Order: sequence, then structure tokens, then C-alpha cells
Amino acid sequence: MTLAQQIITVGMCVLATLLTRFLPFAVFSARKPTPQYIHYLGELLPGAIFAMLVIYCLRNVSLLSGSHGLPELIGIAVTVGLHLWKRQMLLSIAGGTICYMLLVQLVF
Amino acid sequence: MAQHPVTNPPTGAAAGGGMIRAALKCAFPYTIPIFAGFWFLGMTYGIYMNVSGFSFLYPLLMSLTIFGGSLEFVAVSMLLAPYVPVQCFLMALMIQARHLFYGIAMLDKFKGLGWKKPYLIYGMCDETFSINCSAEIPEGIDRGWFYFFVTLLNQFYWVASATLGGVLGSFIHFNTEGLDFVMTAMFVVIFLEQWLKEKHHVSEWIGLAASVGCLLLFGADNFLIPTMICILAALTALRRPLEKERGVTAP
Repeated sequence: MTLAQQIITVGMCVLATLLTRFLPFAVFSARKPTPQYIHYLGELLPGAIFAMLVIYCLRNVSLLSGSHGLPELIGIAVTVGLHLWKRQMLLSIAGGTICYMLLVQLVF
Repeated sequence: MAQHPVTNPPTGAAAGGGMIRAALKCAFPYTIPIFAGFWFLGMTYGIYMNVSGFSFLYPLLMSLTIFGGSLEFVAVSMLLAPYVPVQCFLMALMIQARHLFYGIAMLDKFKGLGWKKPYLIYGMCDETFSINCSAEIPEGIDRGWFYFFVTLLNQFYWVASATLGGVLGSFIHFNTEGLDFVMTAMFVVIFLEQWLKEKHHVSEWIGLAASVGCLLLFGADNFLIPTMICILAALTALRRPLEKERGVTAP
């Protein structure tokens, strides 16, 4: 690839990203009231999106081979347990991550 | 969800500085897990570009302009492959399509934020969206500046670590195996917070069922778009009963 072709290729990625991020704001202008249906979606979507992002992070975990997703399962259980106990975001994240790192480095 | 007043309090120059500092102080702790995760992922990305034969200018400029982790990794293979710009554009659209949902969820929250709004939309990666969408911003903290600093700090972590990885390349070896789990743990906590906040969990269940179902059906590389379609379809089908429950009268 020439430099110009590289710039265009990266430019395509930038353009696609800008499009997906700006489109909803361009379609539903701030000056007009948001349609009731879109407002409803905006209220309800976050729960579903966060579920999707958790599964997205775990998409390459194989349940049938390797460590069978056990380190991930234990790491998430520790994260959730810590969070329900202390409700301190940073503590839960750090605890779960350290536990996971110990598991994949020392146990599995 | 608490509704915050859209208008900013009138402030002089000195009070404005204090307001900005307060927002930064409030926003920073939320970005610490992202600092850890981006430091690791960004370095990995920079190193990957370096060993693929690119100067550090590439990860620097690409992390700054694209600012979307998963697409940037794919973009490396695009640059190494024959030149097919339209195909790259379509592939990038598929990978980034989930941002359409983020925009819909933030339509009302970003209203009335003036000059900051375009940057907030530009810098809305998965992690920044998750924090800005879920954080309970305390009374007296300016929403616009809070969102702004979350976005700016996250982008700074990403660009800095990607560039550093690009400069240092394969010289560095560190035993950070498993550190990428910090992102998973963060999304789990944000999901849990959302779960604890809501009275019913229909949306969360729809998201889980659609993602797991589509992952099994379509595989790890192609499941996001079908998942989004399933979520939209399910939420649309359930609109009337859900709005009745939430006390909103459907037109």
C-alpha cells in the first residue's frame, strides 16, 4: 500500500466511527423534542447494552476446551461478591482482576 | 434516573475554575480502572503495530482519530492487506455499529452542553459511554465538565499507551497476563449497578439472552449486529406493557 492508500484506509475507519457516534444526534436534533419511542429506547437500552458488553468481553472464552472458562467465572464471581458486600466500584474491579490474574498465571 | 438541571449556574472566572477542578476531581476516580485497562490494551496495540512494521506515528495518529480499540486492532490487518477501501469502510461500520445505541441512550443527557457536546460524541468509546451513562453525578458537580474529563482522560490514557507501545515495541516484556480482565470486571460492575438500580430487569435479561443466543449462533466475530437487532425487536415488542409499568402513557 502507498502512503495515500494507507491514509484513505485509516480515513475509512475514522469515517465509519464518526458516522455511528454522531448519527443518532444528527437525526434527533436537540431543538426538537425526541420522539416518545426513541426516548423509551434511550431509557431501556443501557441495561441491555451493559449485558451485551459483558458478553462481548467474554466472547473468546471457550467452555469446551482449555480452562473451560473457570478463571473468568471465578473472577466475575469475586467481582460481584465484593461489589454486593462493599459496593465500592474500584475495590470490586481490582479484587476481581487480581484474582483472575493469579488464577491464569499460577493455577490454570 | 435522576434528572439534573440542564442549565449551568452562572459563574465568574474564579468560580468557573473551581467548578472545573471539582468536576475533574470527581471524574478522575471513575477513570482509574480504564487507566489500568487502557495502559495494558493500548500498549499491546502499539507493540502489535510496531512488530507489524509501522512507525509509532501510526498508533499515535490512529488511536487519536479512530479512538475505538477493537477497530484499531482490525485496522492493522487492513493496512497489511491489499487496498480495498469500500470493504474496510463496511467492515468498520459493522464493528462500530453498537455506538448507534450509545447515542440513543445519551441523547437527553448530552442536551444543552454547548461546545463540549461534539467532543463528547466524538470520544464516546465503550468505556467512556459506560461511565458517562451510569455514573451518579453528585449535586453541585457540573455535568458537562464531568463528562468532558471522563472522555478526555480516557482518550489521553489510550493515545499515550498506544504511542508508548509503538515506541518501545517488542523491547518490553512484562508479566501482565490476565490484566485485560480489568475491562470485563468494570463492565460487570456497571451491569450490576444498573441491575440494582432498576425495579424490573427485563432489559438486562433481553440483553443477556440476545447476546448469548447470538454468540452461540453466529460466533465471536459476527454476533454484535444480530444481538442489536434482537434487542431492538424485543424492546419494541414489549413497549406497551413496559411503559404501562413505568407509568408512562403510550400515545
